[in-house]
Amino acid sequence: MYQFNYHRPSTLDEATSLMAGAEDGVYLSGGMTLIPTLKQRLASPSDVIDLGAIPGLTGVTLNDGTVSVGGMTRHGEVAASDAIPALADLASRIGDAHVRNRGTIGGSIANSDPAADYPAAVVALGATVHTANRSIAGGDYFTGLFETALHDGEIVTSVDFCVPDAAAYEKFPNPASRYAVVGVMVARCGDCVCVGVTGAGACAFRATALEEALATDFSPGAVDGVGVDHSEFNSDIHASAEFRGHLVGVLTKRAVARIG
Amino acid sequence: MEITLTVNGAARTVDVADNALLVDVLRESLGLTGTHVGCDTSQCGACVVHMNGDAVKSCTVLAGQADGADVTTIEGIGDPDALHPMQEAFRDNHALQCGFCTPGMIMSAIDLVQKGGGSLDETAVRDGLEGNLCRCTGYHNIVKAVLAAQSSM
Ligand SMILES: Cc1cc2nc3c(=O)[nH]c(=O)nc-3n(C[C@H](O)[C@H](O)[C@H](O)COP(=O)(O)OP(=O)(O)OC[C@H]3O[C@@H](n4cnc5c(N)ncnc54)[C@H](O)[C@@H]3O)c2cc1C
Ligand code: FES
Ligand code: FES
Repeated sequence: MYQFNYHRPSTLDEATSLMAGAEDGVYLSGGMTLIPTLKQRLASPSDVIDLGAIPGLTGVTLNDGTVSVGGMTRHGEVAASDAIPALADLASRIGDAHVRNRGTIGGSIANSDPAADYPAAVVALGATVHTANRSIAGGDYFTGLFETALHDGEIVTSVDFCVPDAAAYEKFPNPASRYAVVGVMVARCGDCVCVGVTGAGACAFRATALEEALATDFSPGAVDGVGVDHSEFNSDIHASAEFRGHLVGVLTKRAVARIG
Repeated sequence: MEITLTVNGAARTVDVADNALLVDVLRESLGLTGTHVGCDTSQCGACVVHMNGDAVKSCTVLAGQADGADVTTIEGIGDPDALHPMQEAFRDNHALQCGFCTPGMIMSAIDLVQKGGGSLDETAVRDGLEGNLCRCTGYHNIVKAVLAAQSSM
C-alpha cells in the first residue's frame, strides 16, 4: 500500500470539508472494495476519509410502503431485515459472510461495479438515492462503468426502495468471487413489472422489452419470444456477451417462476 | 497515529502507520502470529478474527477502523491444555492438514455456530465458510467438525 493520511470524522460536514481540503481524497466505508484496491496499489489517494464514525447512517426502516436503508448499513444487516424479502435475499448472496459483515450499500452503489448485486435492486425497486443535499432517482443514478450521478465529494446517506407486491432476485454467480456474472431482479407492483439487470452491461439497467412482455403475461413463457440485445454487453474470460444475453432471459424466467 | 483496542480481553495501545492493517497490528505490533495472511485479494479468510462480535477479514480492515474495537484472535479462544470445543472438533475430525487456513476457519466457524442457533446443516456450513479457502482438506472433514462442534459448543 502507498502512504496516505487516515481521517475519522464524526459528522458529515467534517467529512466533506476534509474531502474538499484533500489533494486526492477518497471515502472509506466497509473497505471491502477500497482496501483490496489500495493493497494492490491500484489507487494512491492522498487521504482516506473513514465514514465509519458518523452516527445516524445505518439501519433499515419501513415507512409507508418505502424501505429506507442507511448508506452505511452493512450487507448482513439488510440480509437479516424482512421488509422486502427479495432485497434481503439479494444482500444475503453478496460475497461471503465476512464481506457482508463489513461491506455497505453506500459503498457498493458509489462504486458501481458492473457485477455488483445491489444495482439490480436500485433500478428495479423504484429506488431513490439520497445524499446530504439532494435525491437522485434510481433510474438516473448509474451512468456507466464505475460511473454514477454522484458529484465529487458527495456522500450516499441512504437509499429508499418501494415495497413491491412481489419480487425475486436471481443471480448466476462467478464461482470464485460470487459477484454476479448476471443478476436479475424482477419486481411486480400492480400492473407494472420492473426487470433490473446487473452484470450484463457497463452498469445496471432495466430490460424494457422483457418488462412489456411480462406486463401482458406474467409467466416464464412470456420471456421466450423476447430477444435480448447483447451487442453492448460485457465480454470477458468469465462469459461472452452472447452468453450474458442468454443468462438475462434464463434468470428473468427463474425470477418470474419464483414469484409465481 | 495511536489506536487503543481490546485484544483477547486486554486493552492495548499501539502506535501505527496511517496505512497499517488490523492484521499488521496483531501480527507485527502485538506478536499474535496465529492470525495468518494467505492472499492479497481478501478472498482466502486465513486472517479472520472477531471484531465487535462479527467474523471479519483482518487483512481488509485498516488499523484506524479498529480503534476502540473489541478483537478476539485464535490465541484468545483456548489454550493447549483447554482447547475450545471448535478446536477439539477440528482435531477429532482430522479437519486440518497443513494448518495454514485453520485459525481463520476456526474463527469463522465459531461465529457461524454462535449465530446459527443450533440449526446449521451441511449446506449452511458450506455456505457460511464460503470466504475461507483450504488447499488441503477438500473441506469434507471441516464441515464434519463444525457440525460436531455445533452439538458440543
Ligand atoms: C471477496 C469479496 C467478494 C465480494 N463479492 C461481492 C458480490 O458477490 N456482490 C457484490 O455486489 N459485491 C461483492 N463484493 C464487494 C462488496 O459488496 C463491497 O462491500 C462493496 O462493493 C463496497 O462497499 P464498501 O462499504 O466495502 O465500500 P468501500 O470499499 O469502503 O468503498 C467503495 C467505494 O465507494 C466509495 N464510498 C463508500 N461509501 C460511500 C458513501 N456512503 N458515499 C459515497 N461514496 C462512498 C469509496 O470512496 C470507494 O470509492 C465483494 C468483495 C470481496 C472482497
Ligand atoms: S489474508 Fe486472505 S482474506 Fe485476509
Ligand atoms: S489445512 Fe492446509 S490450507 Fe487448509
